[in-house]
Amino acid sequence: MNPVFWQTVWGLLPYWLVIVLMMIGLHVVMTKPNLIKKIIGLNVFQTGVIMFYITLGKVDGGTAPIFGSGGDEVVYSNPVPHVLMLTAIVVGIATTSLALALVVRLHEAYGTIEEDQIRRLEGDEV
Amino acid sequence: MSASWVAHLESQLPAIQVVAPMLTAPVCVLLRRSRAAWMLAMTVTLGSLLTSLLMLRHVLLHGALSYQMGGWAPPWGIELRIEVLNAFVLVIVSGISSVVLSAAPGSLPKEVPEERHYLFYAAFLLCMTGLLGMTSAGDVFNVFVFLEISSLSSYTLVALGPSRRALVAAFRYLIVGTMGGTFLLLGIGMLYMMTGTLNIVDLGIRLVEVQGDRTLLVALACVVVGTSIKLALFPLGLWLPNAYTFAPAEVSAFLAATATKVSYYVLARFLFLIFGVSLAFDRLHFDHVLLPMALVAMFVGSLVAIFQTDLKRLLAYSSLAQVGYMVLGLALANRSGLTGGIVHLFNHALMKSGLFLVLAAVVLRLGATRLQDVRGLGRQMPWTMAAFVVGGLSLIGVPLTAGFVSKWYLVQGALESGRPLVAALILGSSLLAVVYVWRVVEEIYFQPAPEGRQVAEAPLGLLVPIWLLIGGTVVFGIFGSATADVARQAADLLLQGPPVGPALGGSP
Repeated sequence: MNPVFWQTVWGLLPYWLVIVLMMIGLHVVMTKPNLIKKIIGLNVFQTGVIMFYITLGKVDGGTAPIFGSGGDEVVYSNPVPHVLMLTAIVVGIATTSLALALVVRLHEAYGTIEEDQIRRLEGDEV
Repeated sequence: MSASWVAHLESQLPAIQVVAPMLTAPVCVLLRRSRAAWMLAMTVTLGSLLTSLLMLRHVLLHGALSYQMGGWAPPWGIELRIEVLNAFVLVIVSGISSVVLSAAPGSLPKEVPEERHYLFYAAFLLCMTGLLGMTSAGDVFNVFVFLEISSLSSYTLVALGPSRRALVAAFRYLIVGTMGGTFLLLGIGMLYMMTGTLNIVDLGIRLVEVQGDRTLLVALACVVVGTSIKLALFPLGLWLPNAYTFAPAEVSAFLAATATKVSYYVLARFLFLIFGVSLAFDRLHFDHVLLPMALVAMFVGSLVAIFQTDLKRLLAYSSLAQVGYMVLGLALANRSGLTGGIVHLFNHALMKSGLFLVLAAVVLRLGATRLQDVRGLGRQMPWTMAAFVVGGLSLIGVPLTAGFVSKWYLVQGALESGRPLVAALILGSSLLAVVYVWRVVEEIYFQPAPEGRQVAEAPLGLLVPIWLLIGGTVVFGIFGSATADVARQAADLLLQGPPVGPALGGSP
């Protein structure tokens, strides 16, 4: 096999997975009329980015970044991306809960959570 | 003794600015009474205005103000950093927020039920927290976090609108806005991957040394897509017309003047202070993307505005066009162009919030903002409608209004960069603005009012804020050199690009 090919596919595997995950999420958000499914798609999309950050923090042979008795020769994984993603996850939860609250209100107001039906009802109102 | 005390307080101002509205938002929720919540929110907003004025004074006299959260030094710790440019943005945001909020007790009861007012004030304060934080944050990750704080609260504000379509608008805004935020996060991740730092000053220093264009280009693209969605740059800003149309007019006035302006500042900061002109424009040629987008936004926004029958929607589409002018200033990337873009940031904030407050007054008296509803209103609400006309003239860019000053600099910038066609297009799109403003003026003044409609002039509580903002567009139109001088200083700072020097904290 061509070594360049293997390096692109296998060496960059985490990035490929991230891209696939993000595109799945994007696809769901754009094509599904169901609002809950849209929110799920949005979550998958965000998870892709979270995975991306986590792969950044990986150091070959690195261990958990807990400062102990190991001395200077211990290699640690980079903790910063993990900490950042803790915040990003919180942001994601806040977004999801607000979106779900809006869906509840939409269901009360329109009696449906399918976007095409809502659009039809909206069309009558203009 | 007292001098050191003052100096100590001054060094705390950046933190107070962000923390004060954040902590008072839950107190507003606890208060529950509309009047009390408003008084508290008003006090805090005026406090923010005072704080930002003090910081502006400090920055102009003594240079940049830096606050290290928890005492951790940058680039490891979180830094709030106030420089000349963002000090001005802070003054604009807190100033216009104060004026718009002062109109809230007059306009809100018509559109939001009394028992939900305290939630409006809480969301308003949180949104302001996010916007002030985005402006003053010294590291890119906190820009993202504050952006999400302001976005989440603005979705809530939009959803408070009186019709059920506000909910749909808010949901769509949420989906698109979260996409934008996530793209920004991805771009920030790539910048971190290349440089190992998140601090803005440090990023600027390190990014020039990065080899290879591909990751840089993808990072820049992600950041620009993310901020352009928040900024409502056509075609990424199509969430905006519905959101502004169905939100309470008060909210539209607030968001039009602040949220898009802060996003503009964030975009300018990424382009000029992190990437720098030589990297973003000369090496990656990103002006080839921004310039056409800005021109298309100018024309599509104005063209669609001409065919609107609802005044709120008309103003919303006109906002899309005005965002085009501002981004055009960035894409020209020379002194006059940038000056025009930054002046327009200020001027458009003034006129659009003023115009949306006019619509708040119309909603208060008529309950609707369709073109046929305002027929003959010029005689019944003379002061309010006069404000609309002045604001409209400023949107067109008639001399002696603020809009003229910004367009003057933009045209000059286009000519200086050797693009006479762009200069002609700026003038051409202004003619389109004449058409949509004239349609409204015709209905207001040259059509008879419907039989038997009795409408009183807007209450003083609305007229005063309206005329503060609209009067501002005239004052800054006549004394345009004052704002232009400030904007030119800011443009020079942006064109200087990222700082050069040893990276903070040694090698990563």
